[in-house]
Amino acid sequence: MMEWEIVIGLETHAQLRTNSKIFSGSSTAFGAAPNTQANAVDIALPGVLPVLNRAAVECAIRLGLAVGGKIAARSIFARKNYFYPDLPKGYQISQYETPVIAGGSLAIVVGQAGQSYEKTVALTRAHLEEDAGKSLHEDFHGKSGIDLNRAGTPLLEIVTEPDMRSAAEAVAYAKALHALVRWIGICDGNMQEGSFRCDANVSVRPRGSEVLGTRREIKNLNSFRFMQQAIDYEVQWQIATLEDGGRIEQATVLFDPATGETRAMRSKEDAQDYRYFPDPDLLPLEISPDWIARVKADLPELPAEMKARFESEYRLSAYDAAALTAGREICVYFADCVAAAGRENAKLCANWLMGELAARLNKEGREISAAPIPPLQLAALVRRIADATISNKIGKEVFDALWSGEDKDVDAVISDRGLKQISDGGALEALIDGVLAANPKSVEEFRAGKEKAFNALVGQLMKATRGKANPQQVNELLRRKLSDRDVLRPPD
Amino acid sequence: MPLNLDQIERLARLARIEISAADGGETRDRLNDVFALIEQLQAADTRGIEPMAHAFELAQRLREDAVTESDRREAYQAVAPEVEAGLYLVPRVME
Repeated sequence: MMEWEIVIGLETHAQLRTNSKIFSGSSTAFGAAPNTQANAVDIALPGVLPVLNRAAVECAIRLGLAVGGKIAARSIFARKNYFYPDLPKGYQISQYETPVIAGGSLAIVVGQAGQSYEKTVALTRAHLEEDAGKSLHEDFHGKSGIDLNRAGTPLLEIVTEPDMRSAAEAVAYAKALHALVRWIGICDGNMQEGSFRCDANVSVRPRGSEVLGTRREIKNLNSFRFMQQAIDYEVQWQIATLEDGGRIEQATVLFDPATGETRAMRSKEDAQDYRYFPDPDLLPLEISPDWIARVKADLPELPAEMKARFESEYRLSAYDAAALTAGREICVYFADCVAAAGRENAKLCANWLMGELAARLNKEGREISAAPIPPLQLAALVRRIADATISNKIGKEVFDALWSGEDKDVDAVISDRGLKQISDGGALEALIDGVLAANPKSVEEFRAGKEKAFNALVGQLMKATRGKANPQQVNELLRRKLSDRDVLRPPD
Repeated sequence: MPLNLDQIERLARLARIEISAADGGETRDRLNDVFALIEQLQAADTRGIEPMAHAFELAQRLREDAVTESDRREAYQAVAPEVEAGLYLVPRVME
């Protein structure tokens, strides 16, 4: 059987966070009554002229700087011609031959902790364009309804090279880009409202082949889960088609979440010819080095920079560092936590943040900004674990108390509930002797080579101390006692 | 590169222009006259010359990002053929 290689390129439309539209002074606020935010320019009354929004250009510059792309000193707007009722001009103003951003790249981390790898996805370009309106196909006496509020909303279309080799890589890229556009404040990233949507160009080819297979473009993926499902289905469909002796026709396809399948939208005969040409209404866009420098000075430390810092300064794995820089909120939380807990405890902070805290937030559907445990409290907890006042396991009990809000102070929880770890060697030894005396059968089994019996004894000891015994010390002392032939030698 | 009738038909469909079979030939011939002119232009040597998107050596002016428009839906929809629930109604379109 032939081995296939999957090739994926992504095009992402990020809706830019401006107050007004890209070419008019209408509001871009989401959710207004239909057509109340569509002015003469947006509905394309004759004689109107577009005037470019400075803030939209600035968003493009921010992205260009963040991905290390080349920001064009001069770029051109073009008309992309097609007919659809939600595009009243009969063309979309976009950029074609000279986009505002060329090149750049985005580093991604793919896979689960422990078996993840890093990869760099090259970007082809990013260009500014306007969004279209919305068509509503509910039945209006056999007609369609058109809402032009979205028409003219500024978009940045960000296009990658065909660099991704699996659905997992595509999703990792989309997540990294999603985090980045929010981080630099150019897009709110709200996928349900359509602020961030992806098209995936998918093809397959025999492994080792240099030639790209024919691609099909999956349109409008508005969740990471759908992206994964859609690409998985599409790849399997393409491979099955080719292995059955069929061929792939270039097509635009839609993903149906209900069936989990992709289906072709337009046949090849209807393939669009957009007849691009420079928009005579818009002169070239010039971006001066001064402007770029001002935007650069205003840019926050970027996730890639912070990730590198977390790896080198805090000795975190690439996976951990990527997870902790996946969003600005979690990153700020982590940085505050480490600042209070001490750099030497960074890994422990990361574990608690990505383990217990993330799991709890996830379970309750909360954002990290709404976490009931602030970073300083988590730092205090981490410090008490690090200095062996409590064990990691008891830490969870303290965490629960902090989470429920019963208590705010870590040390108070520990002393009020008597959770302090027993690390006194003498006291532990006495306890161990008791446990050994009470469990001669386990002792015998251990000596017969059953490692399980050891764990049973540890369990007994933990039970006797309600989990408060210092686990490391228990392990050491118990092993020493058990290797001592005279201890509890069963009577001959 | 003269156009043939199939191409004329396709262009007409893309532009949503109705060209009858009777007019097809004449349209083709007239467009081909234009193409001949373009071919003449394309014969000029333009190596090393940056393509020009506009006739003026000017850059575009930018606007500040401010909402300057208010809701004038009623006035705009007064001249629309059909509206309902604030929407413009058009012949049904489905992908």
